[in-house]
Amino acid sequence: MSDQNSESENNHLSRRAVLAGGTALTASLFLPKNLRAADFPTAEVNTTGLAVTDDTVTIGILHSVTGTMAISETGSVQAEKLAIEQINAQGGILGRKIEYIQEDGASDWPTFAEKARKLLVNDKVASVMGCWTSASRKAVLPVFEQHNGFLYYPTFYEGLEESPNVIYTGQEATQQIIAGLDWVNQTKGAKSFYLLGSDYIWPRTSNKIARKHIENFMEGCEVVGEEYYPLGHTQFNSVINKIRLRKPDVIYAIVVGGSNVAFYKQLIAAGIDPAAEKPIVLTISVTEDEIRGIGGENIAGSYACMKYFQSLENENNLAFVKAFKEMWGDDIVIGDVTQAAYLGPWLWKAAVEKAGSFDVDKVREASPGIELTTAPEGYVKVHENHHLWSKTRVGRALADGQYEVVFETAELVEPDPFPEGYQ
Amino acid sequence: MFADYSMSELGAIFAMQGFAGLILFSVFVLMALGLAIIFGQMGVINMAHGEFMILGAYVTYLTSNLFGDYMPALFGTYFFVAMFLAFLASGALGLFVEWALIRHLYKRPLDTLLATWGLSLILQQIYRSVFGAREVGVTIPDWMMGSLPLTDLIEVPINGIFVMVLAVSISIAVYVMMFRSTWGKQVRAINQNRVMAGAVGINTEWTDRLTFGIGCGVAGVAGSAFTMIGSTGPTAGQLYIVDTFLVVVFGGAGSLLGTIASAFSISQAQSIMEFFLSGSMAKVLTLLVVVGILMIRPQGLFSLKLRK
Repeated sequence: MSDQNSESENNHLSRRAVLAGGTALTASLFLPKNLRAADFPTAEVNTTGLAVTDDTVTIGILHSVTGTMAISETGSVQAEKLAIEQINAQGGILGRKIEYIQEDGASDWPTFAEKARKLLVNDKVASVMGCWTSASRKAVLPVFEQHNGFLYYPTFYEGLEESPNVIYTGQEATQQIIAGLDWVNQTKGAKSFYLLGSDYIWPRTSNKIARKHIENFMEGCEVVGEEYYPLGHTQFNSVINKIRLRKPDVIYAIVVGGSNVAFYKQLIAAGIDPAAEKPIVLTISVTEDEIRGIGGENIAGSYACMKYFQSLENENNLAFVKAFKEMWGDDIVIGDVTQAAYLGPWLWKAAVEKAGSFDVDKVREASPGIELTTAPEGYVKVHENHHLWSKTRVGRALADGQYEVVFETAELVEPDPFPEGYQ
Repeated sequence: MFADYSMSELGAIFAMQGFAGLILFSVFVLMALGLAIIFGQMGVINMAHGEFMILGAYVTYLTSNLFGDYMPALFGTYFFVAMFLAFLASGALGLFVEWALIRHLYKRPLDTLLATWGLSLILQQIYRSVFGAREVGVTIPDWMMGSLPLTDLIEVPINGIFVMVLAVSISIAVYVMMFRSTWGKQVRAINQNRVMAGAVGINTEWTDRLTFGIGCGVAGVAGSAFTMIGSTGPTAGQLYIVDTFLVVVFGGAGSLLGTIASAFSISQAQSIMEFFLSGSMAKVLTLLVVVGILMIRPQGLFSLKLRK
């Protein structure tokens, strides 16, 4: 499945984007001036044969829109299309309109690799916005490194990776975990933690970092249990009984997918109401997207630790949420990863303009140090290690499915994909 | 592990854990009954079983929205209506699928596996197109959420009790239909000797269709009940299919009693091991034991004596 968006659709979308474009306008204030294609001859800005013409540049979108992961990845696709539309409404990149070719990874990792190869080799796309699970990223990584592609990856993930061909726009594990643990310890006086997760690399690595931090860096704190359940597990009564027995101050839950829904429903059915905070439920895996499936009334009172919540009150975010809803409908919710996906095209645009070229090598060189003042989450900056400096926030889930932000770090948190002392 | 706890605390935990095992047992019974009817009585391997369950879950979702919008006063009771509608919807789809697909494949049992697998993919994509790729949140009436404190320490989840009551009632209903009704007699006759049953005047075609429909309908009710404890999404049915087949095959195809015995032993084993080991290890050990027993006893725990 691939669809190249037509010129007429493009124009139509552009008009809507202008109407919608609070963010676009804010962003344009920070631009030096309107860049024109004539000032950047194609032969100069594209020396490696990418899909760049005198008035267009083609990028790829590579997410699952069918299969299990479609639940999560749909939001990322929507955010990326919104960003592309807004960039085009501002005049594109180096005077060129962005066109995209969308491929479906179909929740299947070999398919991701095959589609990535197609995008890079056949379509010669200048960059790719895509992937969601670590498994899909690991599958496409060799392809991107072999063909020197450039991937913007939106999901918060376990770290332990730093590819020259990837910009990680979500948080790596230490950014997401440490600030939240410190917060719950300092403001809630929590001393004992029960770690829980779905059984695959992200929850396991994250809990490993959490355990190291709790045991080595938080005075008088301990882990009283650590447990993993297979993906898709739907029966949590046993672990809930174990939690009762251990009486932790905090349940630290990294449960994903359909299991999430089962876990929170059974937690509340077993008489452990997150709102009572006995124990406190702290998670890093539930965004506003997941709450829709869980039901706000089942999770209200839990805390989530990530970098973005839809309810953030700043100008960038208000404009972003407005534009997003105008494009995709009023009843849509925006989670952490969706916002991170939205940053992809903007970060790429900034890097291309700084480099004055679409060439992957030059864009890579230009990327570290790129700043975005217009990000819905607030100011972000690309680190040398290709991750973003970003703030970490804690939100308290409300019954209406939104989070109320109760804490944010004073400074940007430095990304540290290979944390020393945590492995 | 238990040194720091008083006897009463331990007693309470074990009581609750026993209860957790019983809930798991009820969930397994609900999942497996519909498949046991179809697989056991007709020999059809229905890979789309999970999707019939999810149809029931979506019907529940629609019913809850309907009651929420138009009859908020009766919202507390919608679940019973939803379960009935779920039975009708999944049952009707079952009748249709039998007519359009399954009946052409009775002589090729392995092909039913492939055909119903394809059907499951088609149904998943239909759910995705109609209801969206995201999971939908089904609002459960307040009285069904929360827990019932029996003593200071022992709390039992109300939805768990509900699932148990439902599992028992459906088992009894299926038993009565199977062993006390004309339809049941016909099904059993066909199962024992299809040609002979036809020769004595049993309408085998219609009985097959009805059996398939009832099996799917029971799956729909199970799906409806599972909105209380699990997720409702296009692919949520896949979460149940492995456990379902495990229970039915381990119990011995063709034996409803075997299904229940197998659900009981698997759920108890899993729940006890989950308590003492980690969740993933419990699953691995359960599967190993089941595989081991099936190697020694390929026909499953219980098997019917059939004239081959």
